[in-house]
Amino acid sequence: MAHIDYQVLREGELEIVVTGRLDTETTGRFWSQVVRKITETRPELLIVEASGVEYCDGAGVALLLRLKHTQEENGRQIQIKGLQSQFEQLMALFDPGRIEKTEQKNTSLTSFVEDTGQVTFRLLQDFKSQVSFIGELSVKLWHALIHPGNLRWRDTFLIAEKSGANAVGITALLGFLIGLILAFQSAVAMRKFGAEIFAADLVTISLFRELGPLLTAFVLASRSGSAFAAELGTMKVNEEIDALTTMGLDPVGFLVVPRVIAAVFVTPLLTMFNNFFGLIGCGLVMTSIGFAPVAVLNQIREAAYLGDLFGGLVKTLVFGTLIAGIGCLRGLQTGTGASAVGDSATRAVVSSIVAIVMADGVFAVGYYFLGI
Amino acid sequence: MDANTEPIIRVEDLTVAYGNNVVLEDVNFEVRPGEIFVILGGSGCGKSTLLKHMISLQEPVKGRILIDGKDVVTAEGFELLEIFRRIGVMYQHGALFGSMNLLENVCLVLEEFTSLPRAAMETIALMKLNIVGLADSAYKMPSELSGGMKKRAAIARAMALDPKILFLDEPSAGLDPITSAQVDELILKLSRNLKMTFVIVTHELPSIFTVADRVIMLDKNAKTIIAAGTPDELRDKSDNPWVRRFFNRQADDGMSE
Repeated sequence: MAHIDYQVLREGELEIVVTGRLDTETTGRFWSQVVRKITETRPELLIVEASGVEYCDGAGVALLLRLKHTQEENGRQIQIKGLQSQFEQLMALFDPGRIEKTEQKNTSLTSFVEDTGQVTFRLLQDFKSQVSFIGELSVKLWHALIHPGNLRWRDTFLIAEKSGANAVGITALLGFLIGLILAFQSAVAMRKFGAEIFAADLVTISLFRELGPLLTAFVLASRSGSAFAAELGTMKVNEEIDALTTMGLDPVGFLVVPRVIAAVFVTPLLTMFNNFFGLIGCGLVMTSIGFAPVAVLNQIREAAYLGDLFGGLVKTLVFGTLIAGIGCLRGLQTGTGASAVGDSATRAVVSSIVAIVMADGVFAVGYYFLGI
Repeated sequence: MDANTEPIIRVEDLTVAYGNNVVLEDVNFEVRPGEIFVILGGSGCGKSTLLKHMISLQEPVKGRILIDGKDVVTAEGFELLEIFRRIGVMYQHGALFGSMNLLENVCLVLEEFTSLPRAAMETIALMKLNIVGLADSAYKMPSELSGGMKKRAAIARAMALDPKILFLDEPSAGLDPITSAQVDELILKLSRNLKMTFVIVTHELPSIFTVADRVIMLDKNAKTIIAAGTPDELRDKSDNPWVRRFFNRQADDGMSE
């Protein structure tokens, strides 16, 4: 156990008598008390009577150093008396002196303007890197199209399997549930007008034109886009990307092109699964509220045209390119450190989803003018 | 060094295997308090594996590892935490937390294990960083440091709770000779001034001759200790030709393989 006593010797002189073991536990209890006492009394001379200190570990030394620095910073005196030489040596060894904390960010107007400028600059730089990446990717994709022999087909198929075949279950489930929910909700609303059968039309058209492609793209972005970013990000952190570059292999051609081709290939297929299971969900609801299966089937067949289906599928080609391209770009942009890969994966998903919705808007306008 | 002192670490009949692949068999040795003990051996002989077992990261097939009389193999929960409080480990690449600056890296363990006020923790962290010569870099992030600085910062972090024993995994690997010598100096300084016990895994010969009190040498084929003693003894008096060649940096001529 340690003990501490205070004694005002005369005006401006304070003596602290420390006895016992100054270890992490006891120092923790004394620390605030001692520091408060010093700041309150502001002694010109502080005498620490330490001949009774039996043991002193890092925390004890820290306390003594803190007293020393507090006194010295305020131009006051300190005397540490009777401290065993081994502990004195520890003090000398550990004393870091005065370390300036790196300056805190000031919150003035200048810093606000500076921050705004920096954020804008970063956004513009990010935009620039995206544009140059799109250009590079287009060149490499074109190259792969005219020289298909140079493409790494094995990798492409593996990636297609991972992001396509393995995603069939989740896409189908999601489509089924959305078809089910949409049909049920709209049938309830349409009952007021006696138009329940048209719920089938609603579900079919919205699935084919919008929901199918969008939902599939979201699944792909969160499943595969993030995986691409994490995979390429880890490769970046492990210097594998650098190794590829110095071996004369272009990272975009080697890693990005197979992923983009695989994604473009699987997105329409997944969308078809999504649509199909959505219609099954819809049919289930319609038959359960009393329509004959044949009636529902006829209604679905007459509701949608081929234009609706293919209009939706064409969109998915663009979505697939966006997801894989953005995922890979974010992966290649990964910084250093353990959190960098996680950040890249997050940014990949967020950017992909924003890009998908924006592209969908462009398609909506385009299709309107084309009359599709 | 008093040979009669109670050993601080005692490894008894330790057998280590990955699946069916036995890496070490019936290893026995002792580390005495205050000494700098070096585990040596060629690549793939199980040096780092042995270290990982000593700090309870892996479980052996059989045997006991006593640190301060407590068996780390069977220790669990609170008992294991008590052992962890008494040891500090520096990993090969530092393993500093990238999202925290050096001061926070050192403070982390103090926050978990002590009830000191924040100002006290920061003072202690600065002291520990000062002893490794990095007090000026306390507010830097690990990514701003060079390899040698990272290793020194990792030593400071390992020392946060004033451990009795420091385990260092390849402290001078991948460093230039000058930085490597600085790390060796640091080890000697800590050993002399703080009376810490060091267990060091390395295969850097200059370091061994500078710091080591005693050395054990592991061998991949023998799967056990093939030599033990001071570095000079091993270099000059060992009857194992492979050990002599290792210490004299001669290439393998196929004699022992």
